[in-house]
Amino acid sequence: MAGSYDRALTVFSPDGHLFQVDYAVEAVRKGSCVVGVRGSDVVVLGVEKKSVMKLQDERTVKKICMLDDHVCLAFAGLSADARVLVNKARIECQSHRLTVEDAVSIEYITRYIAGVQQKYTQSGGVRPFGISTLIIGFDSDKVPKLYQTDPSGVYSAWKANAIGRSSKTVREFLEKNYKEEMDRAESIKLAIRSLLEVVQTGAKNIEIAIMGTDSVIQRLELAEIEKVVAEIEAENEKEKEKSKPSTSQ
Amino acid sequence: MDTLFGITGKDFVITAYDSKAVASITLMKIGEDKSRELNSHALMLFSGEPGDGVHFSEYVERNIKLYGIRNGIELSPRAVASFARRELADSLRSRKPYSVNLLIAGFDVKTNKPALYWLDHLASLADVPFAAHGYGAYYCLSLLDRYHREDITEEEGIKLLDKCIKELRSRMILNMPDFVAKIVNKDGIRLVQLGGN
Repeated sequence: MAGSYDRALTVFSPDGHLFQVDYAVEAVRKGSCVVGVRGSDVVVLGVEKKSVMKLQDERTVKKICMLDDHVCLAFAGLSADARVLVNKARIECQSHRLTVEDAVSIEYITRYIAGVQQKYTQSGGVRPFGISTLIIGFDSDKVPKLYQTDPSGVYSAWKANAIGRSSKTVREFLEKNYKEEMDRAESIKLAIRSLLEVVQTGAKNIEIAIMGTDSVIQRLELAEIEKVVAEIEAENEKEKEKSKPSTSQ
Repeated sequence: MDTLFGITGKDFVITAYDSKAVASITLMKIGEDKSRELNSHALMLFSGEPGDGVHFSEYVERNIKLYGIRNGIELSPRAVASFARRELADSLRSRKPYSVNLLIAGFDVKTNKPALYWLDHLASLADVPFAAHGYGAYYCLSLLDRYHREDITEEEGIKLLDKCIKELRSRMILNMPDFVAKIVNKDGIRLVQLGGN
C-alpha cells in the first residue's frame, strides 16, 4: 500500500518523508534557474527567462517582484503559487509599517514567508507552495542581505546561492568562484557567469536586478547584459589560449 | 480647532496646516505633523478628533503604498481621493466612525495637472480649486475667493497663504502659531517656508 501515502495530503511516510513537500521540491527543480550574489555593498539577482512564444508579451512574465521599497524577491517553481505568496508578503510589509512604523527587515520578511510556506505543509486541505525563493535587500544597517526559503518552510542566509533547474551545478560554480568583498561590476559578472553555466541561449534569456545601498532596484537592459556576456566570453577565450600548449616552439 | 488650507496653482498645489496639538482648551505641543504622504505625488492633511486623523491617514497611506507595489504604478490623486472617501463613508456607517476632515492634495503625473480634494467627516468629497477646514475656513474662504486665480504662481500662492494666516492672527481669538506649508508638484512633495508673520 505504499501508493496510498502520496494520495493523502502531507502525512508522514514510514521513513519520515513528507511526500507532498518532496514533490513541491521537485516542482522547484523543474523551475527556471535563479541566482543571488552578495557583494560588498550590492546584491544581485539573476534569473533564467524562459523564452516566450512569438506572439507573447514578455513584459507580462514577471519572475522578480518587489515586496516593498527595499525588498526584492525572485522565485523558482510554480509562478501561480508565487503570486499568492508574494501577495501575502506585500501585505505583511505594509502591515508591519503600519503597526511599528518601521520597514520590515529582510530577515523578518523571509521568516514570515517561510512561516507561510511551513503552514501549508501542516494544515488540512491545502498543498505546499511549489516554489523556492531568493530574497534580497538592505536593512537600515546598509549591509546587503540574501536569503533563501524552501517549500518546507526552511530559510537560510547566503553569500551566493542558486535555486531551480541545475541549481547544484550553479551552486558549485559559485562556490568555486565566489570572492569576498566583490564590487558592483564583479557581482553582476559572477551572477551572469554562473547563469551562463546553465542558460545556453545567452544574454537574451537572462534577467538581472541589482540593489545598491540606496535600496533602489535597477534592472539591466538587454544591451548591458550582452556587454557583460561578451566580456565573459573574451575572458574564457583568453583562458583557453593560455591553457593550450603553444605549438610554434 | 485645527485649520487646514489648500490652494491649487498652475502646476502645483500648496497646502498648510497649523502645527498645534490641543487637548480640550490647552495647547499641548507645537510641531505636530498633520499630514501624511500617501505616495510620491499625493499628500493628505487631516484635522478633527486627535488620533482618528493619524490612524485613518496612515491606514490610507499603507493601502495606497500597497497598491503601488502590487501594480507597479501609483494611483492618481483622483483615485486616492475616491478610495479615501469610500473608506470614510464605510466608517461613517460603522459603530464608531472616524471623525476627521481631510484635504487631499496631489499632482497627476499623467495629465500634468494639480488636484485638490476636500473631504469632510460625513465623507462628502469635492474637487476644488482652493479649500479650507476648521474655523479658519470662516475667515479665509472669502480671501481665497477674492485673490485666487487658476494660473497663480508658487510665490503668489505662498503670499496668499500668508495673507490668510495674517487674517487669522488678527481676527481669531485663538493663538495661531506657526503654520507648516507643503507643495506638491511634478517633482513630488516638499516643505516650503512661509514668508511673513
